[in-house]
Amino acid sequence: MAAPKRNPKAPRQMPPEVAPLVRVQGAVEVAGGFTEDQARIEALRCLDCKDPKCVEACPLHIDIKAFIQHIVQGDVEGAFNKISERSPFPGICGRVCQHELFCESACLLGKKLDPVAIGSLERFSSDYHRQFNGEAPVVNATPTGHKIAMVGSGPASLMASFVLAQRNYRVIVFEALHRLGGVLIYGVPPFRLPREILDSEIARLESMGVKFETDVIVGNSVTLDELFNEDGFEAVFLGTGAGLPYLLNIPGENLIGVYTANEFLTRINLMHANEFPCADTPVNIGKRTVVIGGGNSAMDAARWSKRMGADTTILFRRGRAELRARAEEIEHAEQEGIKFEFLGAPVALFGDENGWLNEMECLRMKLGAPDSSGRPAPVPIEGSNYRIPVDTVIAAVGQAPNPTLQRTTPQLITNKGKIVVDVERQTSMQKVFAGGDVVRGGSTVILAMSDGLAAADAIDRALKAQKEEAVGAQA
Amino acid sequence: MNKIIRKQQLTPETALFEVEAPRIAKRWKPGQFIIVRPNSGSERIPLTIVDGSKERGTITMVVQRIGKTSAVTVATPEDGSFADVVGPLGEPAKIKKVGRVTLLAGGVGVAEVLPVAKAFKEAGNYTTVLAGARTDSLRILREELLAVADEVIWATDDGSFGFSGNVVQLLEATIKSSGEKPDLSHVIGPIPMMRAAAATTKALGIKTYASVNPVMIDGTGMCGGCRVTVGGKIRFACVEGPEFDAHEVDFDELSRRTKAYRKQETAAYEAHKCALGLHA
Repeated sequence: MAAPKRNPKAPRQMPPEVAPLVRVQGAVEVAGGFTEDQARIEALRCLDCKDPKCVEACPLHIDIKAFIQHIVQGDVEGAFNKISERSPFPGICGRVCQHELFCESACLLGKKLDPVAIGSLERFSSDYHRQFNGEAPVVNATPTGHKIAMVGSGPASLMASFVLAQRNYRVIVFEALHRLGGVLIYGVPPFRLPREILDSEIARLESMGVKFETDVIVGNSVTLDELFNEDGFEAVFLGTGAGLPYLLNIPGENLIGVYTANEFLTRINLMHANEFPCADTPVNIGKRTVVIGGGNSAMDAARWSKRMGADTTILFRRGRAELRARAEEIEHAEQEGIKFEFLGAPVALFGDENGWLNEMECLRMKLGAPDSSGRPAPVPIEGSNYRIPVDTVIAAVGQAPNPTLQRTTPQLITNKGKIVVDVERQTSMQKVFAGGDVVRGGSTVILAMSDGLAAADAIDRALKAQKEEAVGAQA
Repeated sequence: MNKIIRKQQLTPETALFEVEAPRIAKRWKPGQFIIVRPNSGSERIPLTIVDGSKERGTITMVVQRIGKTSAVTVATPEDGSFADVVGPLGEPAKIKKVGRVTLLAGGVGVAEVLPVAKAFKEAGNYTTVLAGARTDSLRILREELLAVADEVIWATDDGSFGFSGNVVQLLEATIKSSGEKPDLSHVIGPIPMMRAAAATTKALGIKTYASVNPVMIDGTGMCGGCRVTVGGKIRFACVEGPEFDAHEVDFDELSRRTKAYRKQETAAYEAHKCALGLHA
């Protein structure tokens, strides 16, 4: 068979999507995957660069060029295996990673045309594998090495577990909640990341011998000291995330109907409040919702609110260009009929005599000089106050690192709540490493994963060095 | 999964459970709580730790049937288990030696006050528990209370046992008759009772701590559902509480916020009773 012909000028393939009016009726996944034809056309757009910038730009350095060439050859399983060398989570990353900021932004084709849809191809490889092959390749099912504890089961810990399990360490992951995945389960809605994808990729780790314990809050249920001195762990990775929600700090914040995005999303994503009364946990959603913020949590909360029947507006104090959410989520939100009100900020919330929210006061803003985030600062316009009726307000204005462990472990040095680490991702405590949002503050899934990877490498090196030292001492 | 070791039905509505939870048993302190899901579809509900044994690897909790999840919990059989028990959560009670400590407890608060009363006594205080119940037959854990406090005085709403009235009226009466004020007071129970206790102790100038029980989900400071206004500031009861200065707590707001899901709770409980065939 002749080699398939490269065709970079073909239009970038668009994955199918469930129609907005249909998908807002429930929790169905919004974005579909490529068909085999689409995947092949898209893969043939790849220039197969000698010096692939996409691989360098990927925080996990997945061999993107190689996996795309497997798809070109019709060997999708080969593509999946190629990705799996670096990441066991192509189903997750293919859906939630901000490819436009990493691999796709570096794609050479993107200089002149649309970049290769690397994210969709990653997802295609994973979906194809799940559909036609089922069982995940077992890399090593009988770990025998040193015991390493992971604190939290979010993206950073999951990636660190993968790397360490590959190297034969015995990994045990402690999770505070009753389900695994961290922000991927409580934060990311199933219409973006179906739970069977998350569960199946976590199951890959289990098949590699990684053990998971839910309902354990390290710091409260067991201390770091106990993990080292009583339970025989030789290193600990802290991937506890940014779980502490910022509040609006305006009058009326404690009225009924005012939620943090964390609470609103946790009630629905983790506790299935959208299915109440079939699920036991309720959520209050009225006729009119205002979501405050411009990041992924704001989009997720607004889209759930819409799905639960509320007229939903996102109120953001800057302009559209300053939104921080994934481009795709913003587009999806717009398609679903969520209104955007830019250059506005809340100043007060008002309620009825029973403490139920019914009105809010906002202030118009204009854009000023760039602030510390590099974006134009919102500047209030004096006297531009206005009031609107509202039943539900969801504050999606960011999160700080989860303080639980730091609270019970004063030896751990922090800066504004963030755990301080050195270049090796080691904290101020010996053999205690950290990464992801607990170090970065609110960041992304992929950067948390890259931290997990780096920390796992560092743990491996530290324990090997210790072993050599011990051998040296005996000789 | 946490196996139930012992179940004791205290009243038709209230049951005590001793469950396997070795990590919590080893680390818990008086005043802390746990989050329980009786089964895999349940809500996460906070319950105060009533007792714990490091040696047995168990903790004890007392649950009163007020909605669907608590009803499912109370109905869990002795040979059963709970899907999830996580903790210990929250800050421990502030225990110090001050002299005379009076603890006011109502409803299941009578169970929840046990470890705190015991700790105050062990710290060298003279402890008096003012325990309240609606009626004589609903008085729970009488022997256990006597074992951990220097003095126990009961009040019943209908006067069928002990003082006739509520524990706050009892506090006023005891102070009036003895002419002596406690050095510190601690209150745990239904919100109206805690609010009344806070008002009275404030008027009498008695430093008082209240253990609040707002709606929670994760219990680790992640959702902010348990926000309470204390001294004009928003505090998260799950990680900064559950114990706060009673004179600073905005009980009116707390009371409103605990009713946020009243409609859904009533509907779910009625549907649950209906499914069990409890309706004619």
